[in-house]
Amino acid sequence: MSSIIDIIGTSEFWYSVIRVTTPILFAALGALISDSAGVINIALEGSMLWSAFAGVVFSAWFDSAWIGLLAAIIIGALVGLMLAYFALNLKTDIILSAIALNLMAAGGTVFLLFVVSNDRGISSSLDSRVLPKLFTGLADKVPFIGPVIFGHNVLTYVAFILVFATWFFMFKTPMGLRLRAVGENFHAAESVGISVKKIQYQALVLSGIMAGLGGAFMSMGYVSWFSQNMTAGRGFIALAAKAMGGVSPIGTMIASLFFGFASALANYEAEISVPAEFVKMIPYIFTIVGLVVYASKKQSDVKRARQKQAEAATASKGGK
Amino acid sequence: MIKKLDRLRKFELLRTLAAVGLALAIAFILILTTSEQPIEAIRAFALGPISKFRYFGNVIELMIPLLFTGLAVSVMFSANQFNLISEGAFFVGALGSSWIATNFLLPAGVHPVVGILVAGLIGAVVATIPAILKLKWNADVLVSSLMLNYILMFLGFYFLNYHLRDPQAGDMASFKFPDSAKLMRILPGTRVHIGLILAILAVVLVYLFMFKTRWGYEIRMVGKNENFARYSGMNVFRVIIVSQMVGGFLAGLGGGIEMLGMYTRFKYKTLPGFGWDGVIVAILAKNNPALVPVGAFFLAYLRIGADIMSRSTDVSSQLVGIIQGVVIILVAAEHFMSKRKNRIIYEESMADLSAAKEAK
Repeated sequence: MSSIIDIIGTSEFWYSVIRVTTPILFAALGALISDSAGVINIALEGSMLWSAFAGVVFSAWFDSAWIGLLAAIIIGALVGLMLAYFALNLKTDIILSAIALNLMAAGGTVFLLFVVSNDRGISSSLDSRVLPKLFTGLADKVPFIGPVIFGHNVLTYVAFILVFATWFFMFKTPMGLRLRAVGENFHAAESVGISVKKIQYQALVLSGIMAGLGGAFMSMGYVSWFSQNMTAGRGFIALAAKAMGGVSPIGTMIASLFFGFASALANYEAEISVPAEFVKMIPYIFTIVGLVVYASKKQSDVKRARQKQAEAATASKGGK
Repeated sequence: MIKKLDRLRKFELLRTLAAVGLALAIAFILILTTSEQPIEAIRAFALGPISKFRYFGNVIELMIPLLFTGLAVSVMFSANQFNLISEGAFFVGALGSSWIATNFLLPAGVHPVVGILVAGLIGAVVATIPAILKLKWNADVLVSSLMLNYILMFLGFYFLNYHLRDPQAGDMASFKFPDSAKLMRILPGTRVHIGLILAILAVVLVYLFMFKTRWGYEIRMVGKNENFARYSGMNVFRVIIVSQMVGGFLAGLGGGIEMLGMYTRFKYKTLPGFGWDGVIVAILAKNNPALVPVGAFFLAYLRIGADIMSRSTDVSSQLVGIIQGVVIILVAAEHFMSKRKNRIIYEESMADLSAAKEAK
């Protein structure tokens, strides 16, 4: 137990919490946007994987991390667009379409990696680039906090800025309002002239872009290569983080940090006197517990609201 | 009316074939554009599995676990629960049978039976967890079952490391299974084992369960319209739990049978993926147990063909992933070829109408 406290007391640990949170946060914001428009995006995992792949390949081809990033964003958007087309135009069940897209990503990235580089499963022969780290000089200037918040990959800062941008977008812009209206009640939204399909298309593309950024971080920040199935379920963890965070981007960020904390702890398995398997389980157990807590809270909120409504109704009847 | 249903069913078959054809066409185009020996690659892919008896045996071997997880997912999805636990249930089932095989001394006929039954029971227990979380607290089944799969994997590795691990194996693997625990081989020249017969039996029993018993009827009703089922007096809670237990039992059984039929010791290093494959098979079979063998055969043939291709040519076997994705989307797409479907419905209705007029 004391070893855990020792670990949590270091600034390296908190630095790694922020680092592991980054891809989960990107994907969770993506899940938040699409969920808000009433379309669940389980293809986040596949979007991230394709984008991680595109980032490595394009940054190697064009010798520029920024072109890699651009390619990752475009590919992420394209996967979102494909999901939207399958689900909204071809009327495929959105969960099945997403499962299919994830399968295609898992196989397709490895297939194409072999085609472009003759590498089997890991991009060892591609000379890919990484995105720069920011504020590295400032780390020593502030005790403890400095090494925690400075010197991260540029995309880490983007992720946390996007939390507030998403909040502004969802709650302060007309498009955000339309998005939430479609998610709340698409019949009502339709009746005031909002094109539900168009909004849902936009939401899925936006969430694909978010996942794309997460994928770019994975292969051009977190590590500097692409490997088979490197996202390892982060897209699914993001869905759980979104479910726990509720409808607010801030809540989503807190939930993502929570998972980041658990995953970071799992990386220190060697120093903790608990069997490694149990430490590795922590993020997943947290996810399930969080999911249950959030879902049951929501359920009881709904019950309470209904009860209040019923009480109000009987009270007004009694008044008559 | 009956004629109309018949034509629609034929249409569904045609549609599935068209989806498969389109996916294969995409695969061939990919091979043609990326390979330097496209003809050899396509030949190995399409004809490889029937070029040697041993290769065809590989297809049958691979079908056995796919049949079990395909059935498992069909039953669970029939109740409209996107429970992906079959992956974890298969894994713990395989581990449970390894435990029985290595830690107990039982006579030859009894040993594997106990092994696979224990595997099935463990599978049944774990499969109910996501359903209970959903029914009690409204936690999303899909996400919780995905997470539970990882938890089961790590729990399994813990159990393997501390209770089953053979220190002489050099790798993370269990002790060797004694001969008394192994399933009998039934086809000389291949590794096809008695699990094939059990799988066929399972297909028949699950079909009868789903379509000829009250339980099956209730599961399908709950899947189609939960509220309707509730208002007509069904105990939805119980029906959903039973459906997930049956599914988990089948997946666990599959894990046990695969382990005792194909392996000499437990040596999975990660989740083996048969649960996800079960989802593909169930989609191809449209959750109908009678069609599960067709879906399982297709997928097994595809995999073995791709394996042979990647061994003999310069095309990666991961091509299969793309084919699977395209097939799933097109088979599940309501609007793929929907114009033709609508025309059939229209024509048949018009025919019905004129027949009715004539009768008057």
